[in-house]
Formats: sequence, structure tokens, C-alpha cells
Amino acid sequence: MSSVLYDAPGPVARRRERIGSVVGALLIVALLALAFRYAEGRGLFGADRWDVLYDPPKNQSAEDVWRSMVVRGLGATLRAAVVAAPLALVLGLLLAMWRTTRIGWLRAPATVVIELFRGLPVLLMMLFALLGFGWDAFAAVVFGLTVYNMAIIAEILRAGLASLPKGQTEAAYAIGLSRAQTLLLVQLPQAVRTMLPSLIAQMVVLLKDSSLGFIVGYPELLKAMQNNAQYFGQKYYVALFVMGAGIYLVVNIALTRLAVWLQGRSARTAGRAAADPTLVTMTTGGPGSHAAGGAV
Amino acid sequence: MDLFADNLPAYLSGFWTTLRLTVLSGAFALVAGVVLAAMRVSPVAALRGIAVTFVEVLRNTPLTLVFFFLVFVAPQFGVLPPLGFWTAVIALSAYTSAFVCEAVRSGINGVPVGQAEAARAIGLTFGQTLTLVVLPQAVRSVVPPIINVLIALAKNTSVAAGFAVVELLGAGRRIALANPSEAMLALAGVGVFYLVITIPAGVLAGMLERKVAFAR
Repeated sequence: MSSVLYDAPGPVARRRERIGSVVGALLIVALLALAFRYAEGRGLFGADRWDVLYDPPKNQSAEDVWRSMVVRGLGATLRAAVVAAPLALVLGLLLAMWRTTRIGWLRAPATVVIELFRGLPVLLMMLFALLGFGWDAFAAVVFGLTVYNMAIIAEILRAGLASLPKGQTEAAYAIGLSRAQTLLLVQLPQAVRTMLPSLIAQMVVLLKDSSLGFIVGYPELLKAMQNNAQYFGQKYYVALFVMGAGIYLVVNIALTRLAVWLQGRSARTAGRAAADPTLVTMTTGGPGSHAAGGAV
Repeated sequence: MDLFADNLPAYLSGFWTTLRLTVLSGAFALVAGVVLAAMRVSPVAALRGIAVTFVEVLRNTPLTLVFFFLVFVAPQFGVLPPLGFWTAVIALSAYTSAFVCEAVRSGINGVPVGQAEAARAIGLTFGQTLTLVVLPQAVRSVVPPIINVLIALAKNTSVAAGFAVVELLGAGRRIALANPSEAMLALAGVGVFYLVITIPAGVLAGMLERKVAFAR
């Protein structure tokens, strides 16, 4: 689309574009250089700001620092996410099924639950478990993540169910499957498949939201950063932040890439499956029968 | 019910702070997000690069980390962000603008190709094509997802409670800690205030979505 917004550049436009890009790049480089000079002037690149990552003071070994960040910090983050994600998926699935039952008044409670939990901040639900139920921080984080994400996942699955062609359900009923069998054997497998990218995107959100544990006192990655900075000194905040933010970016971008890849893959295979019959009908009558070779 | 009667001023002032956070950050994020989206589709590679990097980094970073950066890390650079409210506005605007950008971009992609082709055929430039033809049409389909982004923003303002801003959730936490036996009730009250914002907005988004879908 973006290429439709402007002409395929001719020689003049190409030159102008190149100049624009070079000037833009130079401006960025200049800005970055200024920022670097400024930061250097404040001693931000001195070894004494970064040695916490390879040769920390106070008789600690680098291994201790890395372990506290990666094993304990990221580990705690992942643990909360890994416990909450399957719970949210299963409960979201149940909610989606409940939400799509054919008896109207039975649907109402599921709708209320979904709308309620979708409309509240995750942090509020964590605090609710922490202060209201008196649970510990880990349980509170898992509770908040589970309750919020199950509502979102239920909505995602419902959208997936709604997007299926009607013929699927009709065919399932026609061969004598019950309502439950239709849902479990025909509709849900397809809905989950089409919605897989959205589901993975939601898992990224869940992982990101686990950082809210920092606020309710769960010792996850951010807390590990803060603890290290408080132990070794404020001046290490930059180094520790670069490390922590890097960990988040690597994990989340990897998950996002997985979602994009899955989307491309399912689009490819689904496209092939859907294209087959039309290709055959289109090519049987036509003269260009060699085109059918693509469908075989 | 005494709990609510006694603490109503605290709830209301918290609600007011949440509303101000949402409106201010929303306004900044909308402007920044549209500019970012225009950069992402622009012919200048450098602008595209900046916008893509900014959006990808912020979308893959937890909001808490953005707050953490402003509150704990930025002072190390000698940048002292004004504490409390305006720090929260900066963090929320930056974070939300990335999502606004994505919503606007998908709206731009949703405008039929022929529109841009026709605009170019009558000799409009890139800027004219975008501002006179494509964006006005994209706005229609962009409004529902933008409302959803703003709903998420309204809920995200609660993160500010962890960084010394006493908004709705912060007020609720204080009330809950002061009345431990009624903590659940106190937090349920907070929930009601959030739902007052989020549920009508969600209904509005749904209605607009149906309307737009009809027109296309």
C-alpha cells in the first residue's frame, strides 16, 4: 500500500529521496553523536558504570549479578507467565463455550464476566487478590494475569468461532454430531487455528503485564534491576536497565516473530486448501488447461 | 456503605486524576501516533526507520519498564523528569502513541488502493494524497480501534499508582490499606469507577464498528 501513495520514483525523485534519506540519516547520526557526547561527558560510558555486568564491586562475582537478573528475575517473570498462560487459555476456552451456548439466559453471566474483567485494569485485580483475598504476591500476580487474559482469550475465540463458514456447523450436524461434538471436534480446532496469531500476541501482552508484579511486590525482572541498583549503587541503573530492557525485547520480539511466522504459514496453507476447488472449476472449461498443473 | 461515604472525596479526586491522565496522554498520543503513522508510510527511508524502531521497541516493552526508565534511569542521564503527574503523562503518551500508530497504519492500509491511485492520477503529491484523500477515509475505519487503544490507556493509567501518582487505583489502595477489613469493598469501588469509563467507551466502539462495517 505504501508504494501506492506515491509515484514509482523517477530519476529526479530518486535523487531527492536519496538526498533526503542521507540527510535524515546524518541528522540522526548527529543527534546520536550529541547524545553520546553528552552522556560521555557525564561519565556514562566509563567502566565504573558498567563493571557491574562483568566485574561487580563489593566482592560479588559477575555470575551472581547475572544469576539474580536472568535466573531469579526473568525466571520469576516467566514463572508467573507460564502458570497464568495455560490457566487463562483453559478458562478462556470454557468462557468462550459458555458465551456461545444457544440458551440465551445462560449466556448472560458469561457476558457479564467477560465485560467486567475486560474493563478493569490488571493491576486492580492483582491488588484485589493481594489486599482483598490476602494472597501472597505470586498468587496475586497469577490471579490478575489469569482473570484478565481469560476474558480477552474468550473474546478472541468467540471471534474465531464467528468467522467460521456456516457450512462447517451445518455439515457437522448433518453427519449427526451433537452440539458438543460439533463445537469440540469441528469448530474449536478451526477457530484456534485461525486465531493462533492473536492468541500468541495476547501471550506477549500477558508476559509484558507480568511486570506489574513490580508494583505489587513480586520480585520479578524489574525488581531484580532495582535491587541490584540499590545494592551496588544508583550509578549502575543505566547498565542494569540496558540489560533488563534487552531481555524483555529479545523475549517479546521472538514471540511476536513466531506469531507473524505462524500467520504467514497458516495463510499459505489455508490459501492452498481453499484455492484447490476453484482452480479446478476455473480450468476445466477454459482453454488454458496447463494452468491446472498449479493445482495438482 | 459508610466506607464509600467517608472516602468519597478521595475516590473522586483519584477519578479526576485518572481522567486528566487519560485525556492528556490520549491527546498527546493521538498526535504523536498520527505523525508516526505518516512517517511509517513516507517515501523517506530514514523517517520510516525511526518510526518502525520506535514503534517496535515500545510495543514490545512493558509500560512498567517505560515508567521505570523515566523514574529511575533518566535521572542518571541528568534528565530530571518532573515528578509524578507529568512523568506519568510522558510515559503513557509515548507508550500509547505506538499503538495509535499501528491502528492508523492499518486504517491507511484499509483504504482501497484505487483511491490513492486516483489521487495520484490527478497529480496530487504524497502529502496531498495522504491528507486530502487517504487519511479522511482512513479515519472512519480507524476510530473504533483507536477507541479501544484509548480504553486500554484508561486502564493503563493505573500503572502510575506504582510510581507515586495518587490516581484512582492509588487512592483505592490507600483506602484499602486504611480499612483492611473492608479492602475488597474499597477496591470494588475503584473497579466501578473504571467500568464507568471503559464499558460505555467499549459500547461506543462496538456501535461505530458496526456502522462503519455497514458503509463498506
